[in-house]
Amino acid sequence: MSAPPLDRPTSSDEHALQALFDATIAAGHRIEPRDWMPDGYRKTLVRQIAQHAHSEIIGMQPEGDWLLAAPSLRRKAILLAKVQDEAGHGMYLYSAAETLGADRADLTDKLIEGRQKYSSIFNYPTLTYADVGVIGWLVDGAAICNQVPLCRSSYGPYARAMIRVCKEESFHQRQGYELLLTMMAGTDAQRAMVQDAVDRWWWPSLMMFGPPDTDSPNSAQSMAWGIKRHSNDELRQRFVDMTVPQAEVLGVTLPDPDLSLDPETGRYRFGPIDWDELKRVISGRGPCNAERIARRRAARDDNAWVTEAATAYARKHQS
Amino acid sequence: MSELTAEGGHGAVPTGPEVPVEAKPALSRRDWPLYEVFVRGKRGLNHVHVGSLHAPDDEMAVHAARDVYTRRNEGVSIWVVKAADITASSPDEKDPMFAPSGDKVYRHPTFYEIPENVPHM
Repeated sequence: MSAPPLDRPTSSDEHALQALFDATIAAGHRIEPRDWMPDGYRKTLVRQIAQHAHSEIIGMQPEGDWLLAAPSLRRKAILLAKVQDEAGHGMYLYSAAETLGADRADLTDKLIEGRQKYSSIFNYPTLTYADVGVIGWLVDGAAICNQVPLCRSSYGPYARAMIRVCKEESFHQRQGYELLLTMMAGTDAQRAMVQDAVDRWWWPSLMMFGPPDTDSPNSAQSMAWGIKRHSNDELRQRFVDMTVPQAEVLGVTLPDPDLSLDPETGRYRFGPIDWDELKRVISGRGPCNAERIARRRAARDDNAWVTEAATAYARKHQS
Repeated sequence: MSELTAEGGHGAVPTGPEVPVEAKPALSRRDWPLYEVFVRGKRGLNHVHVGSLHAPDDEMAVHAARDVYTRRNEGVSIWVVKAADITASSPDEKDPMFAPSGDKVYRHPTFYEIPENVPHM
């Protein structure tokens, strides 16, 4: 990839700046923090990156619930590493959002106040340890489908954060799948537990890709800007095609009677998604919405004394 | 359905109206400066910018950088520097400062044609 053109406008001429921005996107170059960018591009990115960051942070909770009940030291160490990674992913992403002029503490406040969102998937409860495995396999698998194309997102800091995230997601998915393989080789009760978790997480995992393309008004602009590289339905189909053979190896049944291989396209057809459920969960009426936010609020407020003490210490040693 | 969208790598998120709003507490974390983090991946390589974080002081910034950016042996050395202390080439990155090097092709070895029978050049 060659360097961007050198004859760049130096005036504040909006048209010239817009033209340069458009040319940079069209050439597949990255937009960097101090480049001129349209307000809509900046706002869309801040919203998307913040929502992504919030999802990582809230995403620590469903699995974190099992840290003290992990069945072995090995599983506990693995789960602890995974949950810590989610925190790290949130940090990479807040860091990227800050390059756009957002304030990190402010973004957290917006999450807690309900002015910014996180992924609907984390509003479901983790009822058994099999859920830890299924989250790694399906939820992180879906996240990988979403995230790999974002490594080529047009905004440099976001793309670079996603590369770091994707490197670590693979561990998340594999530890989940291995956990499930272990349980499937166990007792009938363990196998039933895995199937039950798959039954509960399959459809919410498909909903992670968002509304159908026919009902996704912002997608076209995001794709034109190179923020997003593939449509919701395209990514969802890709996920289904990847996952069905994995389910077969695992020996579980995906809870969709309409699931079948289309011999012409080589892709899997699947049944209708309950969009009303997605609407319900993201409008705050999922099983765990209130609990997730309450815990994030408590983490901020109850730990405020630590940050205050650290600040006081730093000030004392400055003077 | 238009009040939700698939944004963020973790999937569908709502964009519509929201949960009740409460006054936010004044947090001293807001006063923590932004640090840019540079990591040397291994001996023989330069430190490379990897991201940023907030910390109350330099020492805490190094510790936080270790936890955020080197959980898997990604580094053998970390630099942190307050973002405010960095001086950059210009306020933006479309910079005429670098234009002078654009037309000096004679600074590159490929500018010079050497007969093929000249060895080791």
